[in-house]
Amino acid sequence: MDRDETLTPGSGTLRGAVPRAVARLLRMREGMLLLIIAVLFVGMSFASPHFLTWGNMRAILMSFSTEGIVVVGMTILIIVGGIDLSVGAAMCLAMVVAGKLFLVGMNPWLAGLIGVGATGLAGFVMGLFVTGIGLGFFITSLAFLGLLRGLCFIVTEGTPLSLFTLPPSFKFIGQGNVYGVPVVILIFLVVAVVGDFLVRNATVFRRVIYVGSNENAANYSGINVRRVRLWTTVLCSSLAGFAGIIFMSRLGVATPTFGIGSELNIIAAAVIGGASLSGGKGSVLGAILGIGLLSLVTSSMILLNISIFWQETIRGLILLAAVSVDHLVNRHR
Amino acid sequence: MAPTEPILRLRNICKSFGRIEVLRDVTLDVHAGEIHALAGENGAGKSTLMNIIGGIHQPTSGEIVLRGAQAEIRSPLDAQDHGISLVHQEIALCPDVTVAENVMMSSIARSRAPFVNRARIRRQAAETLRLLTDIEPDTILGKLSISNQQLVEICRALNSDCDILILDEPTAALTQSEADALFAILRQLRAKGMAIIYISHRMSEIYGLCDRITILRDGRLISTDPVSAISPGEVVHRLIGRRLDAMYPAKAAVAGGDVLLSARDLSDGRKVRGVGFDLRKGEILGIAGLIGSGRTELLEMICGLRPRVAGTVSLEGGEGFAPALYARSVSRGVVYLSEDRKTNGSFQTLPIAFNISSLRLSQVATRLGLVNRRKEAAQALALGRRLNLRSAGIHQNVSELSGGNQQKVAIAKLLSVDPRIVLLDEPTRGIDVGAKAEIHALLRELATAGVGVIVVSSELSEVIGLCDRVLVLAEGRLSGMLEGEELTEGNVVRLAAGPARPTRNDEARRG
Ligand SMILES: Nc1ncnc2c1ncn2[C@@H]1O[C@H](COP(=O)(O)OP(=O)(O)OP(=O)(O)O)[C@@H](O)[C@H]1O
Ligand SMILES: [Mg+2]
Repeated sequence: MDRDETLTPGSGTLRGAVPRAVARLLRMREGMLLLIIAVLFVGMSFASPHFLTWGNMRAILMSFSTEGIVVVGMTILIIVGGIDLSVGAAMCLAMVVAGKLFLVGMNPWLAGLIGVGATGLAGFVMGLFVTGIGLGFFITSLAFLGLLRGLCFIVTEGTPLSLFTLPPSFKFIGQGNVYGVPVVILIFLVVAVVGDFLVRNATVFRRVIYVGSNENAANYSGINVRRVRLWTTVLCSSLAGFAGIIFMSRLGVATPTFGIGSELNIIAAAVIGGASLSGGKGSVLGAILGIGLLSLVTSSMILLNISIFWQETIRGLILLAAVSVDHLVNRHR
Repeated sequence: MAPTEPILRLRNICKSFGRIEVLRDVTLDVHAGEIHALAGENGAGKSTLMNIIGGIHQPTSGEIVLRGAQAEIRSPLDAQDHGISLVHQEIALCPDVTVAENVMMSSIARSRAPFVNRARIRRQAAETLRLLTDIEPDTILGKLSISNQQLVEICRALNSDCDILILDEPTAALTQSEADALFAILRQLRAKGMAIIYISHRMSEIYGLCDRITILRDGRLISTDPVSAISPGEVVHRLIGRRLDAMYPAKAAVAGGDVLLSARDLSDGRKVRGVGFDLRKGEILGIAGLIGSGRTELLEMICGLRPRVAGTVSLEGGEGFAPALYARSVSRGVVYLSEDRKTNGSFQTLPIAFNISSLRLSQVATRLGLVNRRKEAAQALALGRRLNLRSAGIHQNVSELSGGNQQKVAIAKLLSVDPRIVLLDEPTRGIDVGAKAEIHALLRELATAGVGVIVVSSELSEVIGLCDRVLVLAEGRLSGMLEGEELTEGNVVRLAAGPARPTRNDEARRG
């Protein structure tokens, strides 16, 4: 974000330039994550013959593609200084609302749209509590986590909705391939690339960065702090809803317990990717690499026959390591 | 100075931040019972040196000798244990607790008692506070204005029991009367044998208060002399490496152009009561008054940062001006510089270029709503050059700049929108003599070019030297308007102190 600086004038000879460029790349969170992922990659290719296969690569990509969409929204929300604990529930809400509407006979595309709309509305209301009443993001979204999850149970009456009757054209989003590449992965890549580009370059998101960096100074720069906060919240919730609809198409079922606990994974990814919970700083690319790293580690453990019980522990350790390294590096700068 | 062993001796101190060398081989002796001025341009390294003594930074090389013994000061707490107390340039207090708790912070931090004795803390804090101000000890710190916070910060340092006291631009946010009260206390402390290091950009304070003066330039020691042995002109020369012809630019040749902004009966229902004035083309209008007299509130009310309860403002040609949001005010070319640059004026964690472009992003954006980085950089470079900004590059974060250079970034941000009227709240707070002269010249240039300029300043000599007319507020009311011959320090102080009393001219007219 604020580190992709060009060389400052007079910063040295050509001979020093290459190591310095590498050093700078590694100082950036994205560079460090890429390096770790590369090391893991090489290591795993030797450790397991099944690792470096298209099937395995596709499985790893698939495993985080849909959540990855939510990671984009979460990163932006964290940059503005917020956080949303209700994204898992929001994914589920979009899914069950759309599923229910489809089952009562609505066109699945329209139903999907309404599902996303419902989560957007939930985000809007949540944002109003934060910006209008002045509650904290953490507490408000914790309340919404309960609220939305409860709604999922109410809508489904506690039982999974079976959606195998969804038309093939709709199932194509979640299950189809284009030239052998799953559509899910393509959608994710588009969202990630566009998201990263916009956060770096669009004025709209620059305002998000201003508000996250210093709310008062943003106000004294003529930026409507409340509006920026509100719409960022809506964006994050809507992306969660969008992911929920993709999951619905992919799984062909809408379960009221879907996505429980996924918010933690999503927040962890954003933070591993360099987002600061005090706001003003974060990178979509970094967050994507973050969730990629988490999935890579999980699938490696499976390939290496390490007990699945270790998964959560290792995830916690990665988060701890990432934040510690960041803290140490920045302190000594 | 008596040839005693200095209480504090810094030997060959060097300090770099990454590749940036900030202090080179600085040596400084401070004796008990002296007030030692430390002067230097913005970014000369004064605060960094003091932060090393205060345990916030560690020197890259060099040694510190305290009371004859070599010492290492590893943390602020360590510094306290060595009897060192530091008043920070930027306020370093807890905004969410009471004034009393802030004042007593160091004794609370060191206390071994399991509970905080609130009554005692409140009583002790009130005693210290009374020396300087009438701030209520129970107020939550964050609710105070920046100047009052500064007073609390000073009280905190006075309260911790120390024999080396460092003050980093303590008066930057104070008005004359508060500063005078502080000087009286410092003189008493000196008489009791305290060693005081005093950083200031104001010549009058160096000559009125200090015994010796050490000058830094670009992180190097230039000289240490008794104040009585060096002329102010020479000090300025050593500070900035050149001579200044005049401290202030010439005043407007002809006053009384068209009215650019006219305010009538402005009230915010709390601090400001029925203030009205006209700002004319070509002039610099000053606003003076004590802390809490409503100067900031008046400016904020004009540009939509604070709601108006009563009153009207109109711009040139009588068009009404009542922006509900500051953004509307900006789009009509009326911009405001906050007195509190750390909290309101800058994005500390963002680069210089991002800060400067923030007031009107559309200027550096493409039609598709994308920021054009090249344009943004060009804007920052051009304005940085115009204001003589010192930094490692426009991609440097503002938090890494010296205080004065942060202020220049804040001013550059205002100029980025080509304003019609600039409302400046303490525009030269913490700015060195050379840069101050540059900013004054810039403001005069703006005024001459037809931009309306209103300056709030707590520094009397600035108000008088820079402005063509000065409006004095007392307790939120217009206490008088001074210009020409009447614009003297005595008159400003008198009007600021109390409700309008007739000036000599009025009496003459009546008599
Ligand atoms: N953490 C940091 N990282 C990099 N550079 C820094 C850092 N802190 C200070 N500097 C640089 O060190 C130099 C000296 O800063 P310092 O704050 O000591 O100046 P100063 O003499 O106190 O100036 P002022 O009068 O404006 O307060 C400046 O050029 C500043 O940019
Ligand atoms: Mg300083």
